[in-house]
Amino acid sequence: MTGLLYLVPIALLLGLAGLAAFLWALRAGQFDDPDGAASRILHDDDENP
Amino acid sequence: MSAALAATTTAAAAPSARAGASALCIHCGGAVPASLGPGEGFCCAGCAAAHALVERLGLAAYYLRRTLDPALRPPRPDPEAAPPEVGPYVRADADGTCRLDLMVDGLQCGACVWLIERALAAEPGVVQARVNLGSRRLALAWRGGAGRGDALAATVAALGYRPVPFDPARLDDAVERANAELLRALAVAGFAAANVMLLSVAVWSGQAGTMGQATQDLLHWFSALVALPAIVYAVRPFARSAWAALAHRRTNMDVPITVGVALATAMSLYETIAGGAHVYFDSACALLFFLLVGRYLDARARGHARRAAGQLLALSARAAVVLDADGTRRSVDPAAVPAGAVVLVAAGERIPVDGTIREGASDLDLGLITGESAPVAAGPGDRVFAGTLNLGGPLRIAATAAGPGTLLAAIARWMEEAERGRGRYVALADRVARRYAPVVHLLAASTFAGWMLLGGAAWQAALMNAVAVLIITCPCALALAVPAVQVVASGRLLRAGVLLKSGTALERLARVDTVVFDKTGTLTLGRLSLASEGIDPDALRVAAGIASASRHPLARTMAHACSDAVPALGVVEIPGAGLQQGAIRLGSRAFCGVPEDGSAGPELWLARPGRAHVRFPFADAVRTDAAATAAALRGMGLAVQMLSGDRPATAQAVAKACGIAEVHAGVDPAGKLAHIARLRAAGRNVLMVGDGLNDAPALAAADVSLSPTSASEISQNAADAVFHGERLAPVALALGVARRARVLVVQNLGFALLYNALAVPLAVAGLITPLVAAAAMSSSSLVVVLNALRAGRVR
Repeated sequence: MTGLLYLVPIALLLGLAGLAAFLWALRAGQFDDPDGAASRILHDDDENP
Repeated sequence: MSAALAATTTAAAAPSARAGASALCIHCGGAVPASLGPGEGFCCAGCAAAHALVERLGLAAYYLRRTLDPALRPPRPDPEAAPPEVGPYVRADADGTCRLDLMVDGLQCGACVWLIERALAAEPGVVQARVNLGSRRLALAWRGGAGRGDALAATVAALGYRPVPFDPARLDDAVERANAELLRALAVAGFAAANVMLLSVAVWSGQAGTMGQATQDLLHWFSALVALPAIVYAVRPFARSAWAALAHRRTNMDVPITVGVALATAMSLYETIAGGAHVYFDSACALLFFLLVGRYLDARARGHARRAAGQLLALSARAAVVLDADGTRRSVDPAAVPAGAVVLVAAGERIPVDGTIREGASDLDLGLITGESAPVAAGPGDRVFAGTLNLGGPLRIAATAAGPGTLLAAIARWMEEAERGRGRYVALADRVARRYAPVVHLLAASTFAGWMLLGGAAWQAALMNAVAVLIITCPCALALAVPAVQVVASGRLLRAGVLLKSGTALERLARVDTVVFDKTGTLTLGRLSLASEGIDPDALRVAAGIASASRHPLARTMAHACSDAVPALGVVEIPGAGLQQGAIRLGSRAFCGVPEDGSAGPELWLARPGRAHVRFPFADAVRTDAAATAAALRGMGLAVQMLSGDRPATAQAVAKACGIAEVHAGVDPAGKLAHIARLRAAGRNVLMVGDGLNDAPALAAADVSLSPTSASEISQNAADAVFHGERLAPVALALGVARRARVLVVQNLGFALLYNALAVPLAVAGLITPLVAAAAMSSSSLVVVLNALRAGRVR
């Protein structure tokens, strides 16, 4: 059972990393315009029209 | 949509086939008028110019990439729209960069975003051009002086979109920030709930005795480590609201939530320290998570509706053009026009201020004020009111003081009084909470007292059982019962074009037993169209050809009514009378030499030498489904009435077409207000549907009110919900969804109370364990949410 002493904190830290990533994305405005971002990726400017 | 896509791509990909059968405009995808003859690829000069601009910029790929939705406004430049004046909205940074925010009307898809951004980036000095497809906003930044803003906005307009400048500080309000905070709290609570639940599952599975005390304590400590900060962070939205309610000596659903979560956390911490088994961190986190999901969805749905309503108003707002003493023109916010200023109003525009006509003669559409659909002639010296439509020629108006004597001020005053009269409607959930919270707290206190005095338990054990009562009754299902249904129902209505502005609108709609409709602009479309039955098509073609030379609204309606007319040459316009081409005349009765015969309504006459005069009557068309909607409402057991400011004859005709029996015509705004007040005093629950300024007080006085999005700003503000489009069906749909939502809310509340009735005796008896609490809470929440999903299934 001593494995719990480091396995549980590792699991929690991984979860925290996910939470931090989400909060960062929220702050950085990644969710401001989901529709626009979805279509923006289709319009590559380097493409020859 | 795919058909439109195929059509536009074909048109763009095969320019050589232009001369062929393709009758769709290459730029906007609209039909090319047959009068332009074969070989023409564009429907108008604006589209041709826009296409040339797109090609010059090397962005022709736009035509391949876009998908045009025929239901939306096509990207056709409007030659009559005034060039956007963005001067007052440009903000200059310290380093000389100018910033401007524009609302872009006509955005359809990602290709529009790409086209606008690329076209603006091609302009010299543009630092940033970013379009948000979701909110239809364009953020612009450039160097080279504030004066270039107009040119940049004109570029967007030339592509076929309508840019409207706005002040972001006025639209970005506290609601957005509150939503962001809810989402952050939701993320934190979700993280904590998932991880603590994982640890709890390990503890539960070890309760048969296979887990040592030390391991159990360790897992409890890990749970506390995760749960404590998360709970402190995520409970704040509830605690704040609970505190505000308590400070006003009221109680709401957030009070038992906050108390329950706080006590569960405190007791779990105590048990963790003492090495006990009653640790409820998982329940506390899951409870917060479920409640935050409900609250966030609720806030987002309402925020979305409010933002959409705000955008519609911003798009319809028009600046007033003020003529200064030295002859210069500038555009001013209509609210900021000083008294005595001279305001220019072009034909076809709404008059932005109250005032007196200085110069010019015209016909005015007073529909928004009086409800009358027939135009009224006005000349120098006549008083005019804000909100009326100038149909005829250009006018110069001297603005009068915005004192308490103006019509707008009077209507605003009536509205305020009416809103005070309506009083505060208390939401069902709050009414339940007011009774529920004291009962729960009393129950917990008596459990504690009972175990202490009668059961002879130690105070720790008694307190444990009392807290278990609070946790198990903590109204998770009860607090989700109403918002879950509201989210699903308002989402369903949003898809149908109905925006709910008030949180309790659904509940009030469900209680309605009387529906009162305004006439002009509500039952009818609020704009004149040619009643062309029985008219000689040849005469119509001639008249439409002459009419296409004029910008008078009646003439333009006429020109649109006949698509295969050839524009006539050599047409002379005599203002206030009509049009003349050689010996052929098109215009008023007097102009064409027809004697008065008492027939009413707007009309045009065609006089041709040697032939009989032809009359073209115009009518305000009734919405296509007005009769069907009125019948559907009656089928729901509602009384349907019409309340109009128009003359009785006109009102009766429309009422007959709609199948409405009870008509009150010739009613002024104060009379409408009194009529609604009479109905309410008689015990009716009244839904008022109206659009005009004259309806605003009645809208505010009714139990609940609806406005079409074509309504005046003041009416949209007074209404609880606005609906979009040319059909009235959303009114019946809103009532149907509201009734269904009420049934589901009652079911949900009943289920939540049933769940409590079963669980509370267990808690009082001290039989609740953390496992039982977690299972009971999650399952009751799920049942309530799943039941709520049925609210979206109204046809």
